[in-house]
Amino acid sequence: MSNYLVQFNNISKFFGKVIALKDVTMKLKKGEIMCLLGDNGAGKSTLIKTLAGVHRPDEGEIIVEGKKTIFDSPKDALDMGIATVYQDLALVSLMSVTRNFFMGREPMKGPPFFKTFDIDKANKIAAERMGQIGIDVRDPSQAVGTMSGGERQCLAISRAIYFGAKVLVLDEPTSALGVHQASVVLKYIVKAASEGLAVILITHNVHHAYPVGNSFTVLNRGKSLGTYEKKDISREKLLSMMAGGEELNKLEVELQEMNRSSTN
Amino acid sequence: MSTKSKSIETKSYFNQDERLKKVSKLRLLLNRPELGALGGAILVFIFFGIVAGDTGMFSAYGVLNFLDVSANLGIIAIAAAMLMIGGEFDLSIGSMIGFAGICIAIPAIYWGWPLWTSIIFAFSMAVLVGYFNGILVVRTGLPSFIVTLAMLFILRGATLAITRLITGRTQVPGLRVLIEDDPLAWIFATDTFKWVFTWLGSMNLIALRTDGTPLATGIPPSVIWFIALAIITTWILMKTRYGNWIFASGGDKNGANNVGVPVGRVKISLFIGTAVAATIFATIQVLDAGSADTMRGTLKELEAIAAAVVGGCLLTGGYGSAIGAAFGALIFGTVSMGIFYTDVDTDWFKVFLGAMMLIAVIFNNYIRRKVTESK
Repeated sequence: MSNYLVQFNNISKFFGKVIALKDVTMKLKKGEIMCLLGDNGAGKSTLIKTLAGVHRPDEGEIIVEGKKTIFDSPKDALDMGIATVYQDLALVSLMSVTRNFFMGREPMKGPPFFKTFDIDKANKIAAERMGQIGIDVRDPSQAVGTMSGGERQCLAISRAIYFGAKVLVLDEPTSALGVHQASVVLKYIVKAASEGLAVILITHNVHHAYPVGNSFTVLNRGKSLGTYEKKDISREKLLSMMAGGEELNKLEVELQEMNRSSTN
Repeated sequence: MSTKSKSIETKSYFNQDERLKKVSKLRLLLNRPELGALGGAILVFIFFGIVAGDTGMFSAYGVLNFLDVSANLGIIAIAAAMLMIGGEFDLSIGSMIGFAGICIAIPAIYWGWPLWTSIIFAFSMAVLVGYFNGILVVRTGLPSFIVTLAMLFILRGATLAITRLITGRTQVPGLRVLIEDDPLAWIFATDTFKWVFTWLGSMNLIALRTDGTPLATGIPPSVIWFIALAIITTWILMKTRYGNWIFASGGDKNGANNVGVPVGRVKISLFIGTAVAATIFATIQVLDAGSADTMRGTLKELEAIAAAVVGGCLLTGGYGSAIGAAFGALIFGTVSMGIFYTDVDTDWFKVFLGAMMLIAVIFNNYIRRKVTESK
């Protein structure tokens, strides 16, 4: 049981009469990347917010490292090592790399009551951490606004890891990126997992998810369509599942019939 | 070392972008928010050095004169800049000055309070007003522009109504006699470094009155406050955790919240800061003039914001500097006094003020685009 780093069992969330999530179950081991796939409106955002402690699930249980827990706030989730990187990344583009990296958790030095922000140490750590993932920040005091989308994503992830994340929840980390940048970010995610983190990668892009994921959970209209190991499912099957495959199949059949009738 | 080989591979992806990012030392300097104001201040001094160099503007007396005006504006401009970096406005600064003035004068003159208690009373009221502004903005999520505009009218109206109710007039004179021997008032009313000026006078290096005492008697308290505030706020912004939180709160409220910055508390404290700065301004002026006037400080909020903007603060928050606002105030103070030493009609001062602000906003906007531009 405690084999799993984190378990979300039968999570349900209702907003009034609306069933946003129903019986969603996810289990992650250390070093595992689980991809959460779903079309728009599948309940991805609600699930993320539930994982991050913004929403409290109405049913179900959350078990972290074998202990049943309840998140009352995003801070609770963070304290348990579940760090969520939202799409907006929580980066301030006018502020420097260092100041963003340590935003809200600045390293301090000096005697009590006269503590100051240890900017040298912060610069050093930020540059070091970014260097480890291959981003050469020549000047950590440069504004984040000058970085590319991929670099910013990596900065946000790297920050979450530095501050003790055990489970990374990534919300569409590649959606706004080009092919090159997306592959760098994905590579970094794999590296993070290989170092012992569990990663929940939320995306609607199967092509980004399939190469890096160990298991796949497909979400449709608030319900889980099941979790599959990579060996048990093909990319095409995943794609058709999340895109409401039957609908597309039906469309295809209809189109074929139209063609046939017009050629006759 | 093991990560190194791995990172080299990924590095190549970004290397193409790296080349575009090369920044020269000059560009780095250009990215500092206070650069425009520093350059502007230098230009202003060069201009008056040429036009009014031999008129007495740069005598000890003349310098202290324009420094005093700059410093008064600077005290509120610095606080306004801090608040603007934190992403909010305070339009009630000017009204707070008038309100603080009568908070000192009425208890001291009409209720017989010792001067120091009424000064403490005024500062307590400032904390309350600032807290109220802040909590209203943070709790309602309304634009601070609207909330503090309302406070501008409320405070000014209350100042006028209360003063007229208690005193039957709009001015409260008679404070000067109370300053002597007061344990607190001297902080706001004493010229410092008098011995330097006495000495300079005795050496015939500065102008003297007919009785032999120097014309310029000492550094006015406003200048000391101004310099101290500029140093402290710059230190806060650059060197403390709270400073980082100010930038974060103004730059991206939600992002800052998500990583654990107490945005609400930061903003409330900054609103308290502007109200307290307005009260420092008021105390210095009221003690200097010996009287409080209900209309004191009118339009000062706009001058403070103008100085902050010239000093490099963005109207959208998250960017700017306290030292920049200090330079902005120095520019305005120098020009407003310097214009008397030239042949230019003083009526043109406001034209200059407006033009200066426009240029600053255009310049800052350009800088912001440069800073946030992604490839």
